[in-house]
Amino acid sequence: MNTLPVFVEGIGLWSTTLGDFAALQAQEQGDAVTPPSARPPATFLPANERRRAPESVLLAIEVAGQAVAMSERSASELLCVFSSAYGDQLISDYMCATLARAPAELSPTRFHNSVHNAPAGYWTMATGCHAASSAISAGPASFGAGLLEAASLSQAEQRPVLLVCSDIAGSGPVGEMSGSRSSFGCALVLSPEQGLRSLGKLMLTLEPHAGLALHPGPPSGAWYESNPTAVSAWPLLQNLACGEGHCTLAAAATLALRITLEKVA
Amino acid sequence: MSVPIQPLAVSAFTATSALGHGLESHLAALAASRGGLRPNDFSSAPLACWIGRVDGVEEAQLPAAHAVWECRNNRLAWLGLHQDHFLERALDARQRYGAARVALVLATSTAGMGATEEAYRRLDAQGHIPADLRRPLIHSPHSLAGFVAEALGLEGPCLTVSTACSSSAKVFANAERLIRLGLVDAVVVGGVDTLCDSVLFGFNALELVSPEPCRPFDQARRGISVGEAAGFALLERIDAAPRALRLLGYGESSDAHHMSTPHPEGLGAELALRDALERAGLRADQVHYINLHGTASLKNDEVEAALVARTFPASTRASSTKGYTGHTLGAAGILEAAFALLAIQHGLVPGSLGCTTPDAACGPQLALENERRPVEVALSNSFGFGGNNACLAFGRAPA
Repeated sequence: MNTLPVFVEGIGLWSTTLGDFAALQAQEQGDAVTPPSARPPATFLPANERRRAPESVLLAIEVAGQAVAMSERSASELLCVFSSAYGDQLISDYMCATLARAPAELSPTRFHNSVHNAPAGYWTMATGCHAASSAISAGPASFGAGLLEAASLSQAEQRPVLLVCSDIAGSGPVGEMSGSRSSFGCALVLSPEQGLRSLGKLMLTLEPHAGLALHPGPPSGAWYESNPTAVSAWPLLQNLACGEGHCTLAAAATLALRITLEKVA
Repeated sequence: MSVPIQPLAVSAFTATSALGHGLESHLAALAASRGGLRPNDFSSAPLACWIGRVDGVEEAQLPAAHAVWECRNNRLAWLGLHQDHFLERALDARQRYGAARVALVLATSTAGMGATEEAYRRLDAQGHIPADLRRPLIHSPHSLAGFVAEALGLEGPCLTVSTACSSSAKVFANAERLIRLGLVDAVVVGGVDTLCDSVLFGFNALELVSPEPCRPFDQARRGISVGEAAGFALLERIDAAPRALRLLGYGESSDAHHMSTPHPEGLGAELALRDALERAGLRADQVHYINLHGTASLKNDEVEAALVARTFPASTRASSTKGYTGHTLGAAGILEAAFALLAIQHGLVPGSLGCTTPDAACGPQLALENERRPVEVALSNSFGFGGNNACLAFGRAPA
């Protein structure tokens, strides 16, 4: 197959300035947008989990919940793919600092929350989802590789898939390694077939040996450059906000993913 | 209900663990019932437990061209790639199909965490990561796949799967989908996890670490022994290697129950098993051997034993090999896939080392001692934190 087609049925978004996809659409039209609360509400989580959950989980579940609500799909039926370049960087910093100082004092809860699939675990628990769930990473290509994985899963299984891509801000010495300075997440519900809830059609094409074309340009100072997921997801999100367009993302170090977004009839 | 898949050829595979480097050493250790666990000589502070440590990792220096990827996890990957001519087999696939037509899907839960921990033990005077470890690539979950992609010169899809202890079983599912859709012609799958303080003290904090060598399914089991391993497999369409062993099916599911405790009735484990059997087009009584997840934690073994007891006839043999290698976490899926493949190849059902008095939940399927018998179909179970489950089905090419 040269081109993977998938239909977008729901879009979730959270950043320090945009609280959902509607806010992005408003901003793209030049309207003033009120920034969201500092803590993602993550209303899909039960109240007790919401109080205790780490920031990475709140962020992922917030955007997942938005996308699923927009799709009007039942969350428990969706296969899900959670992608993150760095996982929970706050917990990584806590764990390494604690291990260096007093390893026997490591918190058991923070340890089990440190797994890369913690957001997938909390999401499937909160929604009673027994379908396959995955947690992946692909460095700076985590968004493009996540989209390719979710689209191929949807096409191969002929089932709708929830894709969640998110990274929180880094912290401590290890945070300096990630270069992530803000929190950003986005989510898509993808379906292999056009339906009543289809918002647009994505045509994904792999373009190999694209090394040079994928090298990032010099920093422009734009806010989305402060987060590895935001910088790679931003071109597609802008296209989604206006309903159509082309963009090319990294799916791997030298593998480009060309994405054409078409309006559906 | 899942649809049967076209089987894929497992045209090469390899494993490196506490039992040694490469498949020969694993087979020899199994045949002699010789485990690889040792008293913990690894953690940066004392912790009384047993570990499955791989010898020779520290010496497996990366070539200068890849020095930016230096960390113990990548040294274990490099060591593992050199066993059983796997590196040559992967490069041959790249030659045959082209670099962009071979995908790389690798699993890890630790990645280079050991290097990040070391950096925090010796931060510089300003509290930053010391200069020699100030290499962002190794402090990322993708450090393993990034390194191996570069080392093998692969330019197809490249993904890290990190779903804790089911990770390197799930990579077979990713690979099958990529090949089925025609996006690639071959996939290098695998997993590498290394010992580090995070996992040793983390599982210890959860009171899951045994003070003695782990005893999967034994009534007196006291928890897991943490291990490390590297394993790889090359998957292609069967016409490329018609005589090779085959991936027949896979199953994936979520417990939706708890972050670190399995569903009490094994609901997710059973869904993954049913999914694997459906995709393989198999009935339970056609399964000859199951390499169980069998971590030796109280809960896992009780739930998994009950699932096997209620699902399979006594003629299906089942065992855990974690008494040999320890629980190699994100590498357990690929390591135990290798044990399942070896069982088919050599007609050897390995005994459950460390188990002498089985838990009351165990059925007659549990093999305590080695059994020599033909194995046509073998399964491998892998379950992880977050209620993430996977089951793989392997078989032989038809005679």
